[in-house]
Amino acid sequence: MNAPSLTEKNQPEDAVSSGKSAAMLIRSMPLLVRLCALWTVVVLLIAISADFISPYSYSQLDLLARLNPPVFWGGSSDHWLGTDELGRDVMSRLFHSVRISLLVAFISTLLSATVGVLMGFAAAHFRGWVEQLVLTLVDFQASMPFMIIALAVLAFFGNTLVLFIALMGFYGWERSARIARGLTIAANEQGYAAAVYDLGASPWRVYLLHILPNIASTLIVSITLTFPEVILLESGLSFLGLGVQPPMTSLGNMVGYGREYLQTAPWILLAPSMFIVVTTFSVSMLGDWLRDRLDPTLN
Amino acid sequence: MMRFLVIRFFRGLLTLFLVLSFAFLILRSTGDPAMLIMSADAPPEALEAFRKGWGLDAPLWQQYVGYFKNLAHGHFGYSMRDKSPAMDLVLARIPATLTLALPAFALKLLIGISAGVYAALHRNTWIDRLLISMSIAGYTMPSFVLGLVLVLIFAVGLGWLPSGGDATWQHAILPVITLSLGGAAVLARFTRSAMLEVMGQPYIRTASAKGLVWHRVVLHHAMPNAAIPTLTVIGFMIGSLIAGAVVVESVFSWPGVGRLLVTSVANRDLAVVQSLLLLVATTMVTANLVVDILYGWIDPRVRTGQAAQGKTA
Amino acid sequence: MTTLLQVQTLSKHFQVRVPEGWRQRKATLRAVDGVSFDLQAGQTLGLVGESGCGKTTTARLVLGLTAATQGQVLFNGQPVESKRDATWRAQRQNMQMVYQNPLGALDRRLNVISQVLEPLLIHGLGDSLSQTEQAQELMASLGLPRPLWYRFPHELSGGQRQRVVLSRALILKPSLLVCDEPVSALDVSIQAQVINLLQDVQERLGVAYLFISHDLKVVRQVSDQVAVMYLGHIVEQAPPNQLFSEPFHPYSQALVSSVPSLWQGQNQKRHILQGDPPSPLSLQSGCVFQNRCPHAQSICRQVKPRLTPLNPERHIACHLFAENPRPSAVPGEARS
Repeated sequence: MNAPSLTEKNQPEDAVSSGKSAAMLIRSMPLLVRLCALWTVVVLLIAISADFISPYSYSQLDLLARLNPPVFWGGSSDHWLGTDELGRDVMSRLFHSVRISLLVAFISTLLSATVGVLMGFAAAHFRGWVEQLVLTLVDFQASMPFMIIALAVLAFFGNTLVLFIALMGFYGWERSARIARGLTIAANEQGYAAAVYDLGASPWRVYLLHILPNIASTLIVSITLTFPEVILLESGLSFLGLGVQPPMTSLGNMVGYGREYLQTAPWILLAPSMFIVVTTFSVSMLGDWLRDRLDPTLN
Repeated sequence: MMRFLVIRFFRGLLTLFLVLSFAFLILRSTGDPAMLIMSADAPPEALEAFRKGWGLDAPLWQQYVGYFKNLAHGHFGYSMRDKSPAMDLVLARIPATLTLALPAFALKLLIGISAGVYAALHRNTWIDRLLISMSIAGYTMPSFVLGLVLVLIFAVGLGWLPSGGDATWQHAILPVITLSLGGAAVLARFTRSAMLEVMGQPYIRTASAKGLVWHRVVLHHAMPNAAIPTLTVIGFMIGSLIAGAVVVESVFSWPGVGRLLVTSVANRDLAVVQSLLLLVATTMVTANLVVDILYGWIDPRVRTGQAAQGKTA
Repeated sequence: MTTLLQVQTLSKHFQVRVPEGWRQRKATLRAVDGVSFDLQAGQTLGLVGESGCGKTTTARLVLGLTAATQGQVLFNGQPVESKRDATWRAQRQNMQMVYQNPLGALDRRLNVISQVLEPLLIHGLGDSLSQTEQAQELMASLGLPRPLWYRFPHELSGGQRQRVVLSRALILKPSLLVCDEPVSALDVSIQAQVINLLQDVQERLGVAYLFISHDLKVVRQVSDQVAVMYLGHIVEQAPPNQLFSEPFHPYSQALVSSVPSLWQGQNQKRHILQGDPPSPLSLQSGCVFQNRCPHAQSICRQVKPRLTPLNPERHIACHLFAENPRPSAVPGEARS
């Protein structure tokens, strides 16, 4: 199966403009959104390069330097963000936590988007009982608070990392499914999808080459908005001690274990807390801005 | 409309049924339920009786039926830790949770709706933008962070309020605030956009062109119509209240249903978890049904049944 | 001339549920009921009627896009499949459809030339270079110059978009093109251009058209034969000149007289139909037009008239034109 060979990139006039459009994109963002985008990039860099930029290993103990405050709070410059109750460097642990939390969030979001889109396509394509089944599942998922379901599954099955990520992967699939189903039905009944079918195209071709690219922008917005929610969910569960388990460390994890030292060493939990808040805020703002931008172009 | 409600009712039953089946499946796949539910050192006769009651040597579908029969008779199993009936444990904690949940719900509605309406009426002013940013912040801040920060400021720093436990009514202040702020933010955002959409409709302009005083237009025309979509969000809010209670009760060591769930999960006290699951599912189903009824009552389009088919799912 | 398309007693019934107070009643919607006609290669059959009379459903049945409840469609003597398997997809090369809404029929994310050559990709005809050449030639010959080829659908005007849809339909060189209200969404001046284009293409490529429209003036211009549909039935079929100057069937008369125009001359009588069109759900026995027909008789309520030829070119389904025609209703044509 070959895609139409003449896409936007092939025409001489547009080769220059694709370079221009990235710059135009950035310029069109309001200041706040630009800051959010910047922060998101910073967080991504931290996650990728955690091993290189951490001054210490995240599990390195230093029992002589326990509960040291951060450098701006009266501590030494050995540990910029202070140490925790076992003398481990808070900043290094923070960087690693960012990596783990982001990893979990990425994989889960991708999983839920894939599952959701496939289910949505299936419902729209086959209609009949398949659609009813999918809709019932969507309803079910939407009517129960996910945290409760997650807790139940964790109780019964335990919480290895793989299981945990698979569980998180079930968060939010119903949104992608709804979007995919709705837009596919519209495309099939009235529009270009029906026309291409009538030309004799196979369903695979129609879904992959026509429908998916067209619903991609709406899906991307939905995914961008689900991503911070997964971070919040994971950190909530880890905070409760039921998510990422030691020796691995995640943002919520750090807050949870640092909670005991709220009065004596608040920096242990403040650093990861701040990260959680600012990161989810930034990605949410980005997602909002994306949605506002993409919607008017949907003519 | 009756037809609509009947459908919703059966949908609710179906959800309940699915949740319970889900619990059954998981329970059966994690080992000997008798040991799990009755606790390891129960007398062997009791274990045997349980197994017989469950029909564990019977084919799976018979067990399935037996499971539901047990539930119907109120046999929800025993807590592994306490050795007391699981459901009793759960029910005993409900008042504590309600002490937090009900005021939080009221606060959410109050703050959320008024902030949302205010922002909509003063669109694009700095107040509006401030409120939007704050509401995004409220929605992206996890409740445990908010709770801990509040404790840090008000309990540790200023010493005004206690940081945990449930001894006096002052102990409830911080948890209630924490529980309500996140949901209030979401509600504010939603109310604002619902109001904006309604205000842009031609019939609002007609109403004010008729010479009606502005706040009458808002109160009698705009708000009731904006209430319709807002109602559906309130249904979700109940769900998030429950989820929020889990975290907030843990942060503030509040002895409610949420905290019980966390400790039971940590201890793998499956009977308790199952009972809690059932409780939550029933609450959600009831809440959604009530919202649907209210929805049908308020929105005349639903009453005639025409719009109903299109609105579901 | 060979008979390209033969439609024989084609019917399409939908099972629907009608809300009736508390419950829902099951009913049959007869979108198309016992329709028959022939189409010769290189000719145009116009299909007219009001909205909901079954024109589009007929078109979809002809192309095998929907399964028929009864009857069959023969294309070049072969029955038309409606199951969407490989055979069906191969048949697509010979028959295509042009839609009413050109913007909706095009993928807004792809430029138009890639959409025009997509049918070639789907059916694996030719290599990349020849496909591009074919598309370019075809688009140029249909009045789409080079600067437009790499534009996107929403960057073109309505008339240009319809040409793109037309190119896409014609690139496989089909022998039958079903046009479902192809010009209704266009401005009148553009309509004329597209109509001329269609006729031009027919002359050059010998394509047969099933031309569906509710616009009588356009149908008159392009058709070799016109069939009038009412509630899923063909009530009259005749060459356009005959039909429009002297409609026989009471419904045709009402339709034609509703178009104020120059060709009808001074004695134009306005036939205004009484009553609302009955719904295709609750069909009674007898003629479908009985409720609104000014000449309805008792036989009309009992027996459904069949489409019978008055002369080789003219068919009509009406009891008035049976064995004993009533002189007052018919301007003197007797059954041969």
